[in-house]
Amino acid sequence: MELTLDGVGTRLGGRWVVDGIDATPPAGAVTGLLGPNGAGKTTLLRLIAGLLAPGAGAVLVDDDATGAPVAVDTIPRRRRARRIALLEQESSATVPLLVREVVALGRVPYRSWWGADPDDGAVGRALAAADASHLAQRPWDSLSGGERQRVHIARALAQEPDLLLLDEPTNHLDVSAQLSLLTFVRTLGTTTVAALHDLNLAAQYCDHVLVLSSGRLAAAGAPGDVLTPALVRDVYHVEADVLAHPRTGRPVIAFTGPAPAGVGERAGSGARPSGAESSAERQVRDEPSPARPSHDTESATREVRDERSSARPAHDGSSAARPSSAGADDTALADASRKGAS
Amino acid sequence: MARTEPEQRVRDDQVRDDQVRDEQVRDEQVRDQPARDDRAQDEQGRDEQARRGRLRDELARGGRARAGGRPTRDEAPRTARPGDEKSRADHPRDPRAPLRPPLGLLVATGAVLLVASVALAVTIGPAHLALGEVARSVASHLGLRVAPVPTLHDAIVWDLRLPRVLTAAAVGAGLALAGAVMQSLTRNPLADPYLLGLSSGASLGAAAVLLLGVAVLLPVAAFVGAMLALLAALSLARVGGTLTPTRAVLAGLAISQLAAAATSFVIFWTARGDSYQEIVAWLLGSLAATTWSSVAIAAGALVVASLVVVAAAGRLDAFAFGDTAAASLGVDPNRTRWFLMGVVALLTGALVSVSGSIAFVGLLVPHAVSPLTGPSHRRLLPVAALAGGVLLVWADTLARTVFAPRELPVGIVTALLGAPVFAWLLRRGRGAAWS
Repeated sequence: MELTLDGVGTRLGGRWVVDGIDATPPAGAVTGLLGPNGAGKTTLLRLIAGLLAPGAGAVLVDDDATGAPVAVDTIPRRRRARRIALLEQESSATVPLLVREVVALGRVPYRSWWGADPDDGAVGRALAAADASHLAQRPWDSLSGGERQRVHIARALAQEPDLLLLDEPTNHLDVSAQLSLLTFVRTLGTTTVAALHDLNLAAQYCDHVLVLSSGRLAAAGAPGDVLTPALVRDVYHVEADVLAHPRTGRPVIAFTGPAPAGVGERAGSGARPSGAESSAERQVRDEPSPARPSHDTESATREVRDERSSARPAHDGSSAARPSSAGADDTALADASRKGAS
Repeated sequence: MARTEPEQRVRDDQVRDDQVRDEQVRDEQVRDQPARDDRAQDEQGRDEQARRGRLRDELARGGRARAGGRPTRDEAPRTARPGDEKSRADHPRDPRAPLRPPLGLLVATGAVLLVASVALAVTIGPAHLALGEVARSVASHLGLRVAPVPTLHDAIVWDLRLPRVLTAAAVGAGLALAGAVMQSLTRNPLADPYLLGLSSGASLGAAAVLLLGVAVLLPVAAFVGAMLALLAALSLARVGGTLTPTRAVLAGLAISQLAAAATSFVIFWTARGDSYQEIVAWLLGSLAATTWSSVAIAAGALVVASLVVVAAAGRLDAFAFGDTAAASLGVDPNRTRWFLMGVVALLTGALVSVSGSIAFVGLLVPHAVSPLTGPSHRRLLPVAALAGGVLLVWADTLARTVFAPRELPVGIVTALLGAPVFAWLLRRGRGAAWS
């Protein structure tokens, strides 16, 4: 599904919790929605789902009949539910449902008024697709966290959506459940927007990321372009190095700790060799994203990012003196903090 | 562990090469998307491709290609997996799965039980009647030519017992239905039909008639009282904020207490002798004063409300995971909630006007039948209604016979039956709703 965010924003209690977001998550790909707690990820997902009417701008999708762009919040409810599925962050049932009944909820937008489903096999197919057929007769509350997410995905698939919205789908899951869930989502080939907390998961599984900071879009693009030490510091207020995964080459974010002094020391020493830094290593970090033609039209984002990192007041005196790239700043900071701690 | 510098450089060079190569791969991917992935995911990828192939097959077999369906980007040949057949095979019944008989069986059983209960209950009482007499009396009133029944017996059947038993059936069914709907709309397993102050308002209306001599018919006064209490509760819930279910429940509680205090005050101040007996019996719920017009009120309200509510069963199901989930399934949570709450309030108002407030039926019956029906409202609502009808028919029969010729208010009987059943259900612990 073609999805365009056109200056979309909304106010809650007088504050713009989502503010002027312009973005085009690529169709058929997995887009990660990143940002610290309270950055507006969940609200933006609700806007995209059409559950909230935007206070400004619009969320546009292609009409399934004409192909022309329409605002999601104007699509009739049931029709919208046949095209867009949303997985909430926290969802618990108050009634003792069986797994099959949970998945059957995904058919609600298709049912006739007396409750008949025009496609009897849809629930079974959704269960099979999510590899949850063996759970069908199990009570919902007897499932593990990973199984629950799998069943939620099956429920979403039963809606036969063109757009899948996931709000922190890997929360509370162990690492294997996280990886298999996201691997599975990738295989669907459905346009997906997933709010994620784990930057490394986002780097590994997303084709495109949108980074929110206080309701605004801080950056957008391929994870390798966007997830830089400068961005992580600006948005999350955390010092980090971005390495390349030894096997996949995808970015790996190694966190050092919250900005100044001491706290990050322990984590930092594990992430890099002790003693003097090798010049090669520094060089790698200085160039987190080698220059290459951007495949997105969002080079503007990079400008914004550069502007931000240079405009930002330095964390300590030593780095302010160095007119250098964000990566070098970062190194200087880490050095300084190490000296301070010892 | 520190690496020597040359090693490090080699390593870094390789990392950079990998990056460049990967970036080329990724550039392709973004354009033509995510089937292919990085090397580390290749292994998982193969399994996933197999699974995805399976999904496509299954979708194709379902024979229902969506218009302009999902593009399939992955044209890689399917690799057969040993697990494929096994996971596609039917899974044996899980021993943990609860037993859920088909809806037709449940409804048929319930209907037979209800009709039998009504017929039997009519024969029970101080004047012993045979089933045949009951049948002939009913038949003659329906205009069929049958052997005549003694006038006294005919009057007992047609004017006294049958209206009462039928009212009991309709009130019981209505309360169970209303309770089930309230419980899912508020997502609160302890919700009952009187939640929004309806019973206290009705009681105040009844007290006004019985004790203060307001010159209207008792059912009218009770209905007006119930509706005024409902309006007061909803307006209170709306004051200073949006109308959420929790606020509505709390406001209902406040209005209930207020109306109950007013009722108690009126009783304390004015009730003497007979009128005291009368109002207490009404407050505890009683079917003693029923006539054919009570049957018409209760059954009419029940039929209208149950048509509406059963038609909304799918929308009620969608509330299982909360409002946002309901909204994402194409249900407008607020509009659905207020519409159905309004229907249920009107139904409850009608019921309370003919019977007073009868405890426990609306709370208990949905919980008692849901182990058999499951939480799907298309199954739960009709079965709960039938079970509520049967329960109240027998509760009322007990109420009027156990201490005959004295009568117990039926609310005492339902509470006596209900509390232990509720305790038993609680002991069985039915999952999330009870935790």
